[in-house]
Amino acid sequence: MADCGEPDGPGNKDDITRSKNEGKELSKEEKQRLRKQKKQQKKQKERKNEKSETEKEKTPVSLLPPPRPVATQKAPSALPAPASAPIPVPASAPFHSSPAPSPADKPAKSKAELKAERRARQETDRAAKQPGSSSSGIKTKVPLSELNPVVKRLPEHVQVDDPAVVKRLAKKLERQQIPLRSDYGYKVSLFSHLHQYSRKAPLTQQLSIPSTVIHPSIVRLGLQYSQGIVAGSNARSVALLHAFKQVIRDYTTPPNEELSRDLVNKLKPYISFLNQCRPLSASMGNAIKYIKKEISNIPSQCKEEEAKTKLLTCIDRYIEEKIVLAAKAISKYAIEKISDGDVILVYGCSSLVNNILCEAFEKSRKFRVIVVDSRPRLEGREALRRLVQRGISCTYVLISALSYILPEVSKVFLGAHALLANGYVMSRVGTSQIALVARTFNVPVLVCCETYKFCEKVQTDSFVSNELDDPDDLMVTRKGKTQLENWQDVSSLGLLNLVYDVTPPDFVDLVITDLGMIPCTSVPVVLRVKNLDQ
Amino acid sequence: MGQLVNSDNRMPGADKEADLTERIEAFLADLKRGGCGTGPIRGSGETARETTALLRKVTAQARWSSAGDLMEIIRKEGRRMTAAQPSETTVGNMVLRVLKIIREEYARSRGSSEETDQQESLHKLLTSGGLSEENFRQHFVHLKANVIEAINELLTELDGTTDNIAMQALEHIHSNEVIMTVGRSRTVEAFLKDAARKRKFHVIVAECAPFCQGHEMATNLSKASIETTVIADAAIFAVMSRVNKVIIGTQTVLANGGLRAVNGTHTVALAARHHSTPLIVCAPMFKLSPQFPNEEDTFHKFVSPHEVLPFTEGEILSKVNVHCPVFDYVPPELITLFISNIGGNAPSYIYRLMSELYHPEDHDL
Repeated sequence: MADCGEPDGPGNKDDITRSKNEGKELSKEEKQRLRKQKKQQKKQKERKNEKSETEKEKTPVSLLPPPRPVATQKAPSALPAPASAPIPVPASAPFHSSPAPSPADKPAKSKAELKAERRARQETDRAAKQPGSSSSGIKTKVPLSELNPVVKRLPEHVQVDDPAVVKRLAKKLERQQIPLRSDYGYKVSLFSHLHQYSRKAPLTQQLSIPSTVIHPSIVRLGLQYSQGIVAGSNARSVALLHAFKQVIRDYTTPPNEELSRDLVNKLKPYISFLNQCRPLSASMGNAIKYIKKEISNIPSQCKEEEAKTKLLTCIDRYIEEKIVLAAKAISKYAIEKISDGDVILVYGCSSLVNNILCEAFEKSRKFRVIVVDSRPRLEGREALRRLVQRGISCTYVLISALSYILPEVSKVFLGAHALLANGYVMSRVGTSQIALVARTFNVPVLVCCETYKFCEKVQTDSFVSNELDDPDDLMVTRKGKTQLENWQDVSSLGLLNLVYDVTPPDFVDLVITDLGMIPCTSVPVVLRVKNLDQ
Repeated sequence: MGQLVNSDNRMPGADKEADLTERIEAFLADLKRGGCGTGPIRGSGETARETTALLRKVTAQARWSSAGDLMEIIRKEGRRMTAAQPSETTVGNMVLRVLKIIREEYARSRGSSEETDQQESLHKLLTSGGLSEENFRQHFVHLKANVIEAINELLTELDGTTDNIAMQALEHIHSNEVIMTVGRSRTVEAFLKDAARKRKFHVIVAECAPFCQGHEMATNLSKASIETTVIADAAIFAVMSRVNKVIIGTQTVLANGGLRAVNGTHTVALAARHHSTPLIVCAPMFKLSPQFPNEEDTFHKFVSPHEVLPFTEGEILSKVNVHCPVFDYVPPELITLFISNIGGNAPSYIYRLMSELYHPEDHDL
């Protein structure tokens, strides 16, 4: 197979293109050579070689590691192999060059067909050269099969180890006039693809005062996120929506611009800024999607004041429906599961679970609560305070004492940050441990989650997409001595402060949502129903 | 209590006795203080050595005429020592070892072989009909010297345990491994440092709140140029999927092959079993205890809860129960291998090792 060597390749191709131009029909050997070249070039691309032999174009290849479903900016080079688009491009000859080792029965091409082919190729190249429309350009030309193979763009915050992506982000932020936040400290090698920021260097220090680009309530929100003042999935989403309401109130449409388009563009730098302060959560992402949809659905003849009030009511309704009423519905279902004499274990501080427990206590259920907490965040203390104020009898332990305390427990209630489409529960780090040990002791595990936190992502372990918190938080001073004080100086020592982890669905017995009580594996069903509704 | 005060002109015998009593009292006081749960001020190896040295002194200086008397004296002292700190099981273990040594030396002096006396086969139980005739009343001249010599051998064995275990490190660790450990264990530290001389690997240390002994372990390991990462306890399951082996130390090895280890170890063992990661326990033989984990109320030891919920949280403190257990029970099914100074063993073999080290009649001091 390796007879047509690589250095030969370009020369041969030139021959072939010239022969095509001259209208000669491709002979069988030339066709075979074509196919072999395509195969080899595909292999070369997989080995991350820059492709620039073809005279047609020299689009820069964005190098990405093997996982294929990544939209690239690379257009399919003229003759040979496809872009690393995973779309199985069927060999429909009339419209473009069939890329891969195509089926052996290549139809003999006539002069007109070759010309049409060449024209089509030039069209795709031109379309591909336009920024931002590359992936869609490729997609529209391909007759799609029924189950759309989705080419998702990988979010930037999980590609920190790719210098091209980092450069692209820096340029984008420069355009939007938002400072770039730099990573801090030694990163454990398993997590070199994630950001790690220090809390002592918030992004707002690098902003000029007054900042004309970013609305002040967004600046304040960003600072609250990065310092951990506003924490917790629901709290962050509600704060975000309120900040956006303020932005909308202060917004005026510039002349010759439409509100539906301009406002969305105004929101983009704010979202980038908030993302830099702290990576967006799944619930925030869904909220932003909803707002953008509502804004773009505003009819153009709508007057500005009317449009703004409409948007504000939309946001209020979203908060009311998806968060407040959902919490009430979930409490109603959950209270059915709490019986008298129960010993309930909760982990950390989940606003939803605290709500459920307070409501159950008001409905005079007799139970006691065990609050499990973990370093370094120690969020359980906040939950403890709230529950004790209501008068619920509580016990407090650290997560290392879990095996000691679990034999007393009758049920475990956990909150969630997001529910993934493959049934995994993404939640605060430590949740999976609690579910694991509870399963060993045969204690039922119930997860409470509103439907607006369901997301389309899939994930099987806690490594590929996570958040790294400030590593200095792990340091502790006991008896006047801080062991890890100079951890930065020691080259072989790293501190790892994970924020989230994923719990496999076999550890979870029931998920309580505002739509009812469902098993973990029904999450994609709910997502599909929601998509159909919209 | 030591009634006699140290003075220069005393009777030599009384002097030694007072000295001995003083030393024992000092040792007991130290035990009571040292086991306050923040990790032993002295490692368990040191405790074992101190205990054995004290017992040797007792053997040398106490007045006894037959093996039975000596065993009574040692049992009495042993009861006092274990009562001072019940959770420090090495003390009791060493007492049992010494008792076994006395029995062996006595049997050897009498000339009978040891095996026939030891094992209680069903046949023997039926035919002997009740307690054995041994009452250890015979007097032998060289018994004292023999016993002291045997105790010296025991002391040398104790000195070399950590090195013996560390020597086996290269058989169990290959290069580019990711090893997880919990808290701080001197045995595991020596084990890993020995392997690091020849192999490159990565260690993840779980910090083990609230005492956070894992931090000290991590600093020590990183000083030996081992790639170390410190994680919070909550992240144990999250990172376990990337771990190749879990190597832990323990406070006690129980008679059924289970462990009484620092709290959080049970979680590590469960996570390791879920990911099918081998769990290796590095424990020297003096940690093997004839206790079973049945006694629920005496198994656990608690320390002041202000480590967990400090007094700064004052307004809720009075309304909340706070627990701070020190130990965890790990059942033998979760353990893959025990590495001790006499080699590697499966947990199912522990009962046999126990019968070699201790005599069954001594199990209840």
